[in-house]
Amino acid sequence: MTRTDTGVDPATAGSTPDRTRPFWTGRRRDHLTGYLFIAPQLLGSAVFVILPLVLVVWYSLHEWNVLAGTFDFVGTDNYVALADDPNLGAVLRATGFFSVGLVVFNLALALLLAVMLNQKLRGTIVFRTLFFSPVVVSLVAWTIVWGFLLQDNGGVNGLLDTIGVDGPNWLRGEATAMLSVVVVQVFKNVGLNMVLFLAALQGVPAELYEAAEVDGASRLRQFWRITVPLISPTILLTSIITVVGSLQVFAQIAVLTQGGPGTSTTVLVYYLYQQAFQFHHFGYGATLSIVLFGIVLALTVAQWQMRKRWVFHES
Amino acid sequence: MSRDLSPRTKLVLYGALLVLAVPFVFPTWWMVTSSLKPVADIFAFPPQLLPVDPRLDAYHRVFDLQPFGQQYLNSLYIALVVTVGTLAVAALAGYAFARIRFRGQNVLFLVVLAGLLIPSEVTIVPLFQMFFRLGLIDTHWPLILVPILGAPSVLATFIMRQFFLALPGELEEAARVDGLGRFATFWRIALPLSRPALGAVAIFTFLHSWNLYLEPIVFLSTPEKFTLPQALTQFVDAYGGPMWDVQLAAASMTALPVLVVFVIAQKQFVEGLAHTGLKG
Repeated sequence: MTRTDTGVDPATAGSTPDRTRPFWTGRRRDHLTGYLFIAPQLLGSAVFVILPLVLVVWYSLHEWNVLAGTFDFVGTDNYVALADDPNLGAVLRATGFFSVGLVVFNLALALLLAVMLNQKLRGTIVFRTLFFSPVVVSLVAWTIVWGFLLQDNGGVNGLLDTIGVDGPNWLRGEATAMLSVVVVQVFKNVGLNMVLFLAALQGVPAELYEAAEVDGASRLRQFWRITVPLISPTILLTSIITVVGSLQVFAQIAVLTQGGPGTSTTVLVYYLYQQAFQFHHFGYGATLSIVLFGIVLALTVAQWQMRKRWVFHES
Repeated sequence: MSRDLSPRTKLVLYGALLVLAVPFVFPTWWMVTSSLKPVADIFAFPPQLLPVDPRLDAYHRVFDLQPFGQQYLNSLYIALVVTVGTLAVAALAGYAFARIRFRGQNVLFLVVLAGLLIPSEVTIVPLFQMFFRLGLIDTHWPLILVPILGAPSVLATFIMRQFFLALPGELEEAARVDGLGRFATFWRIALPLSRPALGAVAIFTFLHSWNLYLEPIVFLSTPEKFTLPQALTQFVDAYGGPMWDVQLAAASMTALPVLVVFVIAQKQFVEGLAHTGLKG
């Protein structure tokens, strides 16, 4: 991933002018072809990424009323409202809980599954398929089924009842709602991280383990001293993907809890959606978008900084 | 790690894997079997692992309550158009960034790459306003244009670039000597070689579009234009409570086709996604 730009085409590096086209020499033509090739992507990024990012700042200084057709400059009103918002603390807390819970459970389970499936064992392909399969099940369908299973009289409590445990009403309890959303999401996508870890594990040379074995190192010690350092770039990558993904969670909340009970599962994107598209506070929605962007940016920068400290090597 | 395991360790491993597989497999099983049960049996105790009296009532009602066939087609055609469009945009841009040299290349690549940092949720309010002013609210255009050209295709471009960077240069050199132009070299040499990367990009682009939920509920309001994820949550009774048998039947119809394709082609799926250059 850190490969420098070696993609220069040797055929054009020292290109000679094309006699039939004195102006469009090979080099000039290459410039033009390059621009033409990237034009759709560049234009798309400009119109659908960069421009909206600039506009979101502009809109956060306005209040837009679709019905009345008014678009009024309100200065920093939305930011003052943000500072005074009694829900903001709860929303940020819920977002933090979800992200931390998701990353910890997801990475731990993905690594555990990958290590288990990396053993010399028949049928690992079958298990790999089973663990990966929720990734391809439609997200809302998967969430609906879990909503069905997690009801007070649903399948999960039915299962618990058979072993004599009286399960709680998972999605309606302050303490269990967020945990439920996290667990549903972990089972949905952990297969993706598992596959990335499996690929990384297969790149760890077997001789290292053999040498460690000779030295009398225990399996657990080998795992911490050999496996973890050698796959640390993958751990970093999956953690970045998982954190950024966790901040975008929306459908699961909308289907399972609608942010409740209270505000216990109202994560930032769900709150943004409520404010902008249910209450039609578009200006405030834009302000919350900026908060979201700030968090994503800060986390990404922090993770790249961490890379220097704990990633063992970079391929 | 290719050390042999003792029979006891193997047994423990199999046991652990089987237990762990339950939460991955059981929900889908429960979804399909429950969709075939009469409502009264759905909450029967003890739970019925197989429907005692299987029936397709719920499946008929799915189509009575909503234009579900139309919604299915909407999701399917949007996902296909987005996939083909993303492949075209990302392959061209990825190729240019990897193998053509032009002025400002690195800066432009960084500009494009910035899209990876900006979740589409951040830009949903301005995008809504842009499409509102263009009169494109309650059309499929936002669901097609934004994924193909906006932030979601940036990852695709990045993956294609990584792949093209690793292609040996001699092939293109030979093509040049044979008098092939840039586009012909791309189309006839590089693109056919990049099939694994194209496959991976196609899979995750399709799934991404198929799963999209926030954007459809923001941009669409007419049931005939809904996509599947959005339609699934609309099967509610007069009090807003979910009609479980109908919801589960609709969910089964949404989930199963992709699941079946996956089981048939799981090797390509998993390896494609694992080798997209995302490997650290």
